[in-house]
Amino acid sequence: MPRVVRECSIALVTAVVVAAAFWAATPATGQAARPARLADGKPNLNGIWQALNTANYDVLSHNAKAALAFRPGPVVAVPAAPVIAFGAVGAVPGGVGVVEGDEIPYLPEAAKKQKANQQDWVNLDPEIKCYLPGVPRANYLPHPFQILHSEQAIFFSYEFAGAVRNIYLKDPGEAPVDSWMGQSVGKWEGDTLVVTVTGMNDQTWFDRAGNHHTEQMKVVERYTPQGPDHLWYEATIEDPGTFTRPWKIRMPLYRHINPNARLNQFKCVEFVEELMYGKFRKQPVQ
Amino acid sequence: MTFNGQSSGMTVIAGLVAAAGLASLGMAPLSAEQAPAGTVKPWTMPRTTDGKPDLQGTWSNSTITPLERPQGVSNLVLSADDAARLEKATSDRVARLNQNSDPNRTAPPQGGDGSTGAAGNVGGYNNFWLDPGERVAVVDGQFRSSLVIDPPDGRVPATTPEARARTQARMKMMAGRGQYDHPEFRPLAERCLLSFGPTTPLIPNYFYNNNLQIVQTPDHVMILMEMVHDARMVRIGGTHVAKHIRPWMGDSIGHWEGDTLVVDTTNFPLQQPFRGSAENLHVVERFRRVDATTINYRFTVDDPTTFARPFTGEIPFRATDELIYEYACHEGNYALANILSGARNEEKRLGTKK
Repeated sequence: MPRVVRECSIALVTAVVVAAAFWAATPATGQAARPARLADGKPNLNGIWQALNTANYDVLSHNAKAALAFRPGPVVAVPAAPVIAFGAVGAVPGGVGVVEGDEIPYLPEAAKKQKANQQDWVNLDPEIKCYLPGVPRANYLPHPFQILHSEQAIFFSYEFAGAVRNIYLKDPGEAPVDSWMGQSVGKWEGDTLVVTVTGMNDQTWFDRAGNHHTEQMKVVERYTPQGPDHLWYEATIEDPGTFTRPWKIRMPLYRHINPNARLNQFKCVEFVEELMYGKFRKQPVQ
Repeated sequence: MTFNGQSSGMTVIAGLVAAAGLASLGMAPLSAEQAPAGTVKPWTMPRTTDGKPDLQGTWSNSTITPLERPQGVSNLVLSADDAARLEKATSDRVARLNQNSDPNRTAPPQGGDGSTGAAGNVGGYNNFWLDPGERVAVVDGQFRSSLVIDPPDGRVPATTPEARARTQARMKMMAGRGQYDHPEFRPLAERCLLSFGPTTPLIPNYFYNNNLQIVQTPDHVMILMEMVHDARMVRIGGTHVAKHIRPWMGDSIGHWEGDTLVVDTTNFPLQQPFRGSAENLHVVERFRRVDATTINYRFTVDDPTTFARPFTGEIPFRATDELIYEYACHEGNYALANILSGARNEEKRLGTKK
């Protein structure tokens, strides 16, 4: 055999062996064994899920743009000072939007507030300060979340800020106090998990575009499996303090199918310490 | 951490033990015959559909039994009378502290009234806000004087010279720097980075909100601590993550040994030391459901670079119907800004800023 052929063959065999070993590797997390339904017949929602869209930039359709914050420029608006350094990393990708009808039915005052929020995004967006994201934003942040689903419990654990939601399967009654993530009560309608979220405070936003709500908001979420690896997610938002009528968002949620997938931590409280408390250091960092 | 109440919890029970005069009493184990007869319903282990014991639900690990046995108490097991006395002393103390405040009282003196604990010298949390526990820990029918069962003296083993050298290096690093100089010098709980008190192992914080929720699937067990909504995700099976990956609360993998869930945790972050151990901290936890309302929780802590020997403790987790509410710590953390800015103002006032 000519030497070059032999060497190629060895390389090829090696590659095949390596590839075979890779594909034969046992999944470390047991994600492979995942029946479509639990023993009680409900669709199995276990897994690590993530939205794949730009809704966290703006739930409405939007063009790509240079930054999330601008200031007037000599020709056109230019990125605001705090975000210039980010360059393309700080730019906003365009998106088709996730709102039914591509319109949020704001009351006039609330529409003004959205504009003001967007204008002062860098100071006002609760995501920047790593505050708990609320619902529905938690579901389409650019971070995954894990659903733990058993016959006894449904629990959402989010990577962002370590937010959690226990989905009550028995309604405990009105939430005694408002909270960031609200109170979630779930029930099944056929193969759809319907979660009603109330008791949220007025501090969370829908996106980085300043879309907002009051503490009167009620969100009814519907999670419908569309196959082993994606859920159709729909949320109806009702808030007479902000909107003239209920409105809806919808998007698919995708399951992480990498056998090694695991929920990492994004406990960002630590990451925003310099932003929030740096000025109180004995010697502030220059 | 200085804010986890562990030391104050120990002080409380040490005081109670002294008050009850237990040191001089003989303490016999509670024998089975002493349990009230005819009141016990037959109990069968609840199981998940894959046949594993069902650990799910909401549990409390609060107790007045301290981690370490108070000085002067020799036995692990307290008599029922002694336990009752300790619990009564606790409830009496709570009743006393819950009495209405005198609306005509004067302001505390400048610099505080000298009191310690959560009230923090100048009047902070009073007893209304606290829920450190009311009961002596009962494990296998025994009232316990310490959570630590091994070593037999109920104390956390001595630290190694290596660990002491690390502590000294830390103190050297802090020399000339004030504890309020930077947010990084404040305890994790004060920074709202992590649940108050130890998270792995699940030792009570002797402060408040000692509640846990467990959700169990065939491939994961999730343990939520109410404090700072910290959810520890235990993978069933598999291996630990790479050495340089250091998640908060460590990397936990579990397996079942018969009806016991065994959770092995390593890869702790350096910022989350447990009694001076972090890098090489290894915690093994064993969850064993023993009746309708109890999980016996056993933990073993090992780190040859920190402790002279491993140590083991046991804690009863009691089922509770109470709901867990959101503990949004960071979102309302005015304290950290105020502590740091207060220190800056104080420096200005005293002219000590360098």
